Amino acid sequence: MNQKERKIVFIAIAFALIFGVTPVANAMHIMEGYLPLKFCIIWGVICVPFLAAGYFSIKKTLSNNRKSITILAMAGAFIFVLSSLKIPSVTGSCSHMTGTGLGAILFGPMAVSILGIIVLIFQAILLAHGGLTTLGANTFSMAIAGPLITYAIYKICQKLKVNKYVGIFLAASIGDLFTYCVTSFELAVAYPSASGGIAASAAKFLAVFAPTQLPLAIIEGILTVVIIMGLETYAKSELTDLGFLNGGEN
Amino acid sequence: MSKTKKKVIILLSIAALIALIPLFTLKGAEFGGSDDAGSKVVSQITGTDYKPWAKPVMETLIGGKLPGEIESLLFCLQTGIGVGVIFFYLGRFVERTKKENQKNKTE
Repeated sequence: MNQKERKIVFIAIAFALIFGVTPVANAMHIMEGYLPLKFCIIWGVICVPFLAAGYFSIKKTLSNNRKSITILAMAGAFIFVLSSLKIPSVTGSCSHMTGTGLGAILFGPMAVSILGIIVLIFQAILLAHGGLTTLGANTFSMAIAGPLITYAIYKICQKLKVNKYVGIFLAASIGDLFTYCVTSFELAVAYPSASGGIAASAAKFLAVFAPTQLPLAIIEGILTVVIIMGLETYAKSELTDLGFLNGGEN
Repeated sequence: MSKTKKKVIILLSIAALIALIPLFTLKGAEFGGSDDAGSKVVSQITGTDYKPWAKPVMETLIGGKLPGEIESLLFCLQTGIGVGVIFFYLGRFVERTKKENQKNKTE
């Protein structure tokens, strides 16, 4: 990021801090109209700095290497596919994956915020899935919080010299699960339970989401590993340019 | 078959199994969306039937609920766009790798 870009991100962060700070102890798709207006605005504003940082992160990646746009498109398409597949789960209800792990691992967590919001807007407008009023909250959980955790776990696994594929698997699946944890938290903050407050409410939402999401998280981890294997085989030069493959390290 | 290919096939079969097993073991389950289940919990916690204060854009435009078939059409469209992009580029990469390998051989 150059000076000007840094300034814009900084302003956006300040903006978010002023408007976004809530007295909450500081948390997948929340349906249209299911969050009170106040929370819609708060989550939306919190997303702004991440989106700005994401835009500049993508710009930098592309100006460093124009060719990586193909991989970027594939990472975006991966989110498109995975978040459209509703998969039956052990609890007898369906849910879908996030697909954000691939982008986070290849391009860093910030870039995914842009890719994710494109998908969420598509689903909110055309599919009545998620919603425009809850776009901020959904973006935060799926395109910001999840990818951040994915990236962190991937880096930790790298540091600990865990097998690369195991690391990718763990990163993608835990990121997927975390997305739903954040969603539960977002709902809980808006609807604290009368008896136990936010925590009790969060536990309740989590109890709905977590068992359904667990097998899907595993599938997401597997698919992310598979697509990375494919890219490693056929798109070595692009991955090397992205810094994913560091010259014959593998 | 190369080692990677075998790995990929095994991994994909595991993924498919995880997705399909619930369908066969939980006979008669409804398989509604978990996003909707979340909405039910909202009603449970607030104690009243929660009325969403905004309606999805499409529902406002067509003045009613999106028909199930149309919804699945749009979901397919989303999947189609994604799959198209992924495999268009992957195909290009595969061809390129093939050509590079041939070139290396003739040289």
